[in-house]
Amino acid sequence: MKILAVAEQRDNKFKKTAFEVTRTARTLADQLSAEVVALAIGESTQGIAGVLGGYGAHRVIAVDHPKLRLYSTTAYARIVAEIAKKEQATIVLFAATAIGKDCAPRVAVKLDAGLASDCTALKVAGSEIIATRPMYAGKAMAEVKIQSSNKVISIRPNVFPTGAQQGGATNVEKIEIPLTDADFSASVKEVTQSSGKVDVAEADIIVTGGRGLRGPENFKMIEDLASALGGAVGASRAVVDAGWRPHDEQVGQTGKTVSPSLYIAVAVSGAIQHLAGMSSSKYIVAINKDKDAPIFQVASYGIVGDAFDVVPALLQEVKKLRGT
Amino acid sequence: MKLVACVNHVPDTTAKINPAPDGKSIDKTGVGFIINPYDEFAVEECLRLKEKNGGEVIVVSLGGDAHKETLRKALAMGADKAVLLKDESVRDSFGIARALADYIKEIGPDAVFFGKQSIDGDDAAIGPMVAEMLALPSVSVVVKLEIAGVNVVAEREIEGGHEKVETKLPAVFTAQKGLNEPRYPSLKGIMSAKSKPIDERVPTPVAAKVELVTMQRPPAKSAGKIVGTDASAAPELVRLLHEEAKVI
Repeated sequence: MKILAVAEQRDNKFKKTAFEVTRTARTLADQLSAEVVALAIGESTQGIAGVLGGYGAHRVIAVDHPKLRLYSTTAYARIVAEIAKKEQATIVLFAATAIGKDCAPRVAVKLDAGLASDCTALKVAGSEIIATRPMYAGKAMAEVKIQSSNKVISIRPNVFPTGAQQGGATNVEKIEIPLTDADFSASVKEVTQSSGKVDVAEADIIVTGGRGLRGPENFKMIEDLASALGGAVGASRAVVDAGWRPHDEQVGQTGKTVSPSLYIAVAVSGAIQHLAGMSSSKYIVAINKDKDAPIFQVASYGIVGDAFDVVPALLQEVKKLRGT
Repeated sequence: MKLVACVNHVPDTTAKINPAPDGKSIDKTGVGFIINPYDEFAVEECLRLKEKNGGEVIVVSLGGDAHKETLRKALAMGADKAVLLKDESVRDSFGIARALADYIKEIGPDAVFFGKQSIDGDDAAIGPMVAEMLALPSVSVVVKLEIAGVNVVAEREIEGGHEKVETKLPAVFTAQKGLNEPRYPSLKGIMSAKSKPIDERVPTPVAAKVELVTMQRPPAKSAGKIVGTDASAAPELVRLLHEEAKVI
């Protein structure tokens, strides 16, 4: 039995999720007596892919092509499915990232496989894998079992451990997949990254501002606190709907579901759709004037006070701690 | 242009979700249902494309009679035709995609739109699956779309940025917040939606590949410690985060 771990790179550097996927594949493989084959796709991944051995891959395959520098839904899906078939891998593991969420469903169709998306836990029961996946933005947790012989699973970023890297680089097998223009019928031509901005979905610390901040100009202190903590700025739906912040910062059921180590909610009341998107965070801090705000019911630590007093003081203390 | 928007009927975002006694579905008692919020962007985009290029907007939903309410909402927004793929059975994402793909293949649209995910199952899988089943290109999580003839330039949201994707019609798109501002149905729209027929079809049953074993509420969080009531609590909070929680 083989598990194919799809290791995602951008700019020819592996994302942390690549190691999460590889390590998770290994954890499953050890219980199923299976072999982990890690797969890197890109322009020149052969030189970097060896590191995947250090995260548990038994074998590492690189599929490189000049046209694979940027993501193409059609080409990537074809490559993953072809390698899975060639290797007779019955389980394909992705990270539920922008690429993984887009590619995994296509691969599932190509392999006639059941798909369990955005899983937060995987356990082996006999020869079966039981996947836990949040539904309704985390208002409910489902346990699902994939019954088809081929299985495609994507795991939520930042949830599964990468483990420490062990050993040196593994030998990388380079495999050629002949690709034609038809394989690139939808292709990324350009990537624009917001400079220096940490995305809420990937951040380990998030500072979120809510409507209680009264206006977009008052988000400066949220940005400052987030930056002092090396975290990302989040926003409640009310704030995004009011046009104060961009929608890619929205946390909640119609925004992003996040589970950072630390979530600081400033002047956020904690509507049910917001709580659904963040209550699986490891530690939650609530700062709100209203002692009855629902956010306090999920908060590990709370300050019942005015954000305009508390946040600047907090920023100062954080800077003191960090020595800046 | 023949444009299709696939829409789902989902519990309101303000709804509390409780598992039903069977432990495999939700208790619908007192739960209000709405059109999936992301699907509104899909419908709106179709309407705008029709206004610009002419053509027809068909909205499709898979589910029971209750889904007619969501289809009527889309008709009230301005869609020309609604189709209910009537099926009360529990389907996994593969089964949902199969039913939609079978119908869409029959009508051969220029573009198919979905919301980027349905806020019940949160799979984000149906759009790309349907595209694969129809052998069409696709762009998911689209926040900007320009179509000129058959040439498409789309921007999709990724972690901390955007990707610019080029493709050609016919194609499948999944819509993210920011793509457009969905219109409110006009009174005239609401009135005329009442008289527009909803076509009913029975999709072919598909064996499930994924079985839902149990559904539970997430472990409840207990309220923690109130550290203070003003700025003077800041040092203690930072100490707790540093020494007790060890997260900063």
